[in-house]
Amino acid sequence: MIEVENLIKVYRMGTSKVFALNDVSLKVEDGEMMAIMGPSGSGKSTLMAILGCLDIPTRGAYRMDGESMEKMNDNQLAHIRSHKIGFVFQQFNLLPRTSALENVLLPLLYDGVKGKDRKARAMTALETVGLGDRTQHKSNQLSGGEQQRVAIARALVNNPSILLADEPTGNLDSHTGAEIVGLFQRLNREKGLTIIYVTHDPFIARHTGRIVQLEDGKIVRDVHVKKPLEAGSPRPDDIIGVVKVEDLALEN
Amino acid sequence: MNLFENFRIALRALAANKLRSGLTMLGIIIGVAAVVALMAVGAGATSGITSSIEGLGTNLITVSSGRSFQFSGGGPGGQQFGGQSQSLYYSDFQAIEKAVGSAAEVSPYYQTSANVINGGLSASYSVTGVTPVYAAVSAYTLARGRFISENDNVSESRVVVLGSQSSADLFGGLNPIGRKIQIDGITFSVVGVLDAKGSGGFGSADDLMLIPLQTGYTRIFGGRAVSGGQRVLSGISLSALQADQIDPIISTVEYTLRKRHGLTLTDDLGFNVSSQSQMLSALSGVSSTLTALLGAIAAISLLVGGIGIMNIMLVSVRERTREIGLRKAVGARRNVILLQFLVETLTLSVVGGLVGILLGWAIAMLVSASGLLTAQVTADNVLLAFGSAALIGLFFGIYPAYQAAGLRPIEALRYE
Repeated sequence: MIEVENLIKVYRMGTSKVFALNDVSLKVEDGEMMAIMGPSGSGKSTLMAILGCLDIPTRGAYRMDGESMEKMNDNQLAHIRSHKIGFVFQQFNLLPRTSALENVLLPLLYDGVKGKDRKARAMTALETVGLGDRTQHKSNQLSGGEQQRVAIARALVNNPSILLADEPTGNLDSHTGAEIVGLFQRLNREKGLTIIYVTHDPFIARHTGRIVQLEDGKIVRDVHVKKPLEAGSPRPDDIIGVVKVEDLALEN
Repeated sequence: MNLFENFRIALRALAANKLRSGLTMLGIIIGVAAVVALMAVGAGATSGITSSIEGLGTNLITVSSGRSFQFSGGGPGGQQFGGQSQSLYYSDFQAIEKAVGSAAEVSPYYQTSANVINGGLSASYSVTGVTPVYAAVSAYTLARGRFISENDNVSESRVVVLGSQSSADLFGGLNPIGRKIQIDGITFSVVGVLDAKGSGGFGSADDLMLIPLQTGYTRIFGGRAVSGGQRVLSGISLSALQADQIDPIISTVEYTLRKRHGLTLTDDLGFNVSSQSQMLSALSGVSSTLTALLGAIAAISLLVGGIGIMNIMLVSVRERTREIGLRKAVGARRNVILLQFLVETLTLSVVGGLVGILLGWAIAMLVSASGLLTAQVTADNVLLAFGSAALIGLFFGIYPAYQAAGLRPIEALRYE
């Protein structure tokens, strides 16, 4: 379970302060699948970075499975990143000129896993994302969707309990994006993985059970989705209409 | 994550930029090669000088006409210039021989150059008038024939002993014993040939000709060897029978010379009296200083190479900021990143160091092959050069590695 309370993140731009996050409180249960939406600069990516232990808040509390994150040092945070969290990026961030297998191996390398186990676990992760036959392809020989699958396999290889994705479909066409979302749904249902992703696209967000809307560093809406869309559903003509209020149950 | 894996990652990163890695390494290669080669040349020169001085003979003391010149550290006065140069007379030799008695063999000589003709061959040679003890004092041995005898001097015989080189020049492979050559128009018969001594630091010791001193005075040297109505000498060599007698003999020689030339203790001696060990320590001191100087100059290029490595590693850290961010995002600790970049720098400098040693060694071999002098690549110098290359890699690698390790993961990931 993830809990954040009164989270504040301040960036200094010259003399002025910018509140990227301004008093954000949020609780995410294990096994939830959730989308974070909001316009550019609303603080989505900052929130994701803090949830992923890639950044630290200026003020506020962050507990993961009851454990406080604020007082942890660099090495402890690295350990959390390596064991509890898988992170997927918009730009995939694969190592160039490196095979899919070796990209997926990377987290295990830093976790001191023995050479033989490493390969087996990386292969399993690649099979999970449907790339069991492309393990030796270099990252630049793979399509965008395949690259993002490799990135997801890399995020999964250490068996984390939380998968965080910052605009995972942002660089993909809508068909490939839907495939990635389908993969997320499968991982959420079959493995009980907590999944949080940021998206601009209401249609993509509509595939989760919960949508959180951020504006100016504050949560302005936090709703449960009564009937999440199944992956492969046709994209409606009226995209905005997808998130119609009557389909969603207002939180509290 | 062990060191071997770090090394593999480093190799891969370096291989991704082969040209750049190669050029960076070149700085270290040249630096190390320069250190190894120059130190080898220096060490070779030092040992060449040492062996050529040792080859002059054992327990040797030389006396020559000229202003007093003391090698540094040779006395309380240090180096003294000025004062009047004194001629060394044949009678000085007689007095010194009497004064030192049986403590040393005393060998007077007069050296000049003369035109030597053998049939159609004509060349200028150094011709030295000597007494029978010359061979023993100057550490020459005979290859064939006999040396100049006491009787040759008394009877002023026209006989000559050739150095091995002179013999080869004038007679080729033929046996010269009994043959005649002309020295400044006077016919001499060859009675002996010396063994080769080999060339050391300076010139050859084998292209000489030895004649009886008295024959020289009457037949060859002429007015050049007379000063103030007395016969003069180029120098006197003394060979002490016991090593611990060297200093007392030097005192005796100096005292005798002062007395005979009317010099008081405060006067400048006007002669150069020095022992082989003084020359040895002075000259090898000079050449070690030169070696150190050469090494220092080479070390500067090594330093420049190190700065080149640091420069490239800083660029590399900046270029790979996102990669570093990613590695941290998937769980790499600070120290692991630090080690990764440090291993990269060390790989550059260590591989560069090894190639540099080979190159420096090859240069040293080339110098030796050219015949100028024998360069000696010593294990010490190789270790020194390699060690400094590795240290430089470590030193100049720490800052870029530290920069990389200190990056915040999210900032590194967002770096454009």
